[in-house]
Amino acid sequence: MIDAAQISALVRDGEVHRDVYTSAAVFDHEMTHLFAATWVFVGHASQIPAVGDFTTTTIGVAPVVMVRHTDQTIHVLHNRCPHKGTRVANDPCGNTGRFFRCPYHAWSFRTDGSVAAIPLPTGYAQTPFKQSEAAGGMRPVGAVHVYRDFVFAQLNTDGISFADYFGPSLSSIDNMVDRSPDGKLEVAGGVLRYMHRCNWKMLVENLTDTCHPMVAHESSAGTAIAMGQALPGKHPAVEIYAPFMSPYAFYEGMGIRVWPNGHGHTGVHGSIHSDYSAVPGYFDQMVGAYGEDRAKAILDESRHNTVYFPNMTMKGPIQSLRIFKPIAADRTLVESWTFRLVGAPNQLLERTIMYSRLINAPTSPVGHDDQEMYERAQDSLQSDSNPWVNMQRLLDPDETDGTAEVNGTSERQMRNQFRAWQRFMTEAS
Amino acid sequence: MTDADIITFIRHEARLLDEQRFDEWLDLFTDDGRYWMPLDPAQTDWKLQQSLYSEDVFLLRLRSARLKSAKTYSQKPKSRCHHLLQTPEIDRRDGGISTWTAFHYLETRLDEQTLYAGWSRHSLVEMDGKLRILLKRIDLVNPDSAFGGIQLFM
Ligand code: FES
Ligand SMILES: [Fe+2]
Repeated sequence: MIDAAQISALVRDGEVHRDVYTSAAVFDHEMTHLFAATWVFVGHASQIPAVGDFTTTTIGVAPVVMVRHTDQTIHVLHNRCPHKGTRVANDPCGNTGRFFRCPYHAWSFRTDGSVAAIPLPTGYAQTPFKQSEAAGGMRPVGAVHVYRDFVFAQLNTDGISFADYFGPSLSSIDNMVDRSPDGKLEVAGGVLRYMHRCNWKMLVENLTDTCHPMVAHESSAGTAIAMGQALPGKHPAVEIYAPFMSPYAFYEGMGIRVWPNGHGHTGVHGSIHSDYSAVPGYFDQMVGAYGEDRAKAILDESRHNTVYFPNMTMKGPIQSLRIFKPIAADRTLVESWTFRLVGAPNQLLERTIMYSRLINAPTSPVGHDDQEMYERAQDSLQSDSNPWVNMQRLLDPDETDGTAEVNGTSERQMRNQFRAWQRFMTEAS
Repeated sequence: MTDADIITFIRHEARLLDEQRFDEWLDLFTDDGRYWMPLDPAQTDWKLQQSLYSEDVFLLRLRSARLKSAKTYSQKPKSRCHHLLQTPEIDRRDGGISTWTAFHYLETRLDEQTLYAGWSRHSLVEMDGKLRILLKRIDLVNPDSAFGGIQLFM
């Protein structure tokens, strides 16, 4: 157990104590406080189009199931049988019909979680079963909100509202969805799953760490550039790898925008995704759908990584997202998802699939470059020589957690995440 | 080309990988050759479905060059690997050669070692009296598992 004062002392302006990455007690507190109070991404409506369709996932370490109820609404339930605790839905996805049926003693539940039937009910007739915890069925999470088909859930009841929590950060989801001429996305291509022996926050911080690509990825991106020069044409992988070697000045100019509650993004003024080759026919489809000015405005927005605090990040220009699933203080599962832009050419899906494979797969050289840094840090933070991790770069003494636009090499977004972290970790729930 | 020649070729390929003789290994592929590890055993497409590997010869050369680069920190210390093959079965001989080889593959790095198991299917062609790889498809027994870094070649 660790109390609010102890948690608060782990975060200073521009420095955080190594315990935020290494301590099991801090991790447990994150699960009961941070992941309970925030809005966590659980899935996409396109994964469960029909009544009874479900996917299973976690909010922090809590198992949940996202399901399409008989009235077409999306529900998120704790994936735990109220009887003895058995996980009810066990597959990553499937269709359960109108009911979930627990495989242990066949209690069954409607897809809003309420108890539908219990075998041999006379056994409970003389008991105060109706007052028991079990009578509540599979408990729904505290709140669910579907925003343009992105499904978020909050474990706590009566926490911060969805609108207050995300505010202006929803513009990154808007831009990704608007890139479909039909204004619609579908999860497509399959999910890459990559296990890391490090704390989940190291990975999220890396997403707005613009001083590492030209260093840590030199072996991948630098080699790709050198070898690409010998090719007659432009290899699509070189087009993806090469911008990682952009100089500091490029990343400075890209800019970072931070928003309240730990959200933020790199790439305010263009990004490493700005100069990809045009896909034939796509721009005309966008003009047909939105008119020329609006189509241009949508496509000119080239945000690099948007962090939806605490643990989802997305790339609008290439229609992908990553979820950083905490498993233990030193263990994180990274899922990389890709999307089809409904109504757009298949080459865009092909490109995002290639991007994720080259950059975010367990087989990806760029993935190896990053993973090596996190895992070395996870190990060496055991050193007692200096218990503090530095994130002071371009620290402004007057910084608040409001919206701001800053130099693209600032560590402002990492600090922004920790300000939100400190608040949600210490607020009474 | 006898059956024995084909089996010797598959064994030799694994040996080149275990000995990290990547340049010689790359020369086994045709110019349009591909090294493919799908995410799903039923997968027939590497463009619109995700894969763990879907590498043309350029990407394989890039990987092999990266593994040797002085700034490849994920190879400090270096990974090593070990293939254990079952005798390849020759599934097809007419109009191209197809083989099926069950394998265990071990990848290590200092104190860590991970065992992978699966089946590789080679599509081979004979060019100038030598066998070359058109496609090496590797189906892991558990491609849907979450893996840590896989840095060498199965
Ligand atoms: S544990 Fe689910 S019905 Fe008994
Ligand atoms: Fe990186």
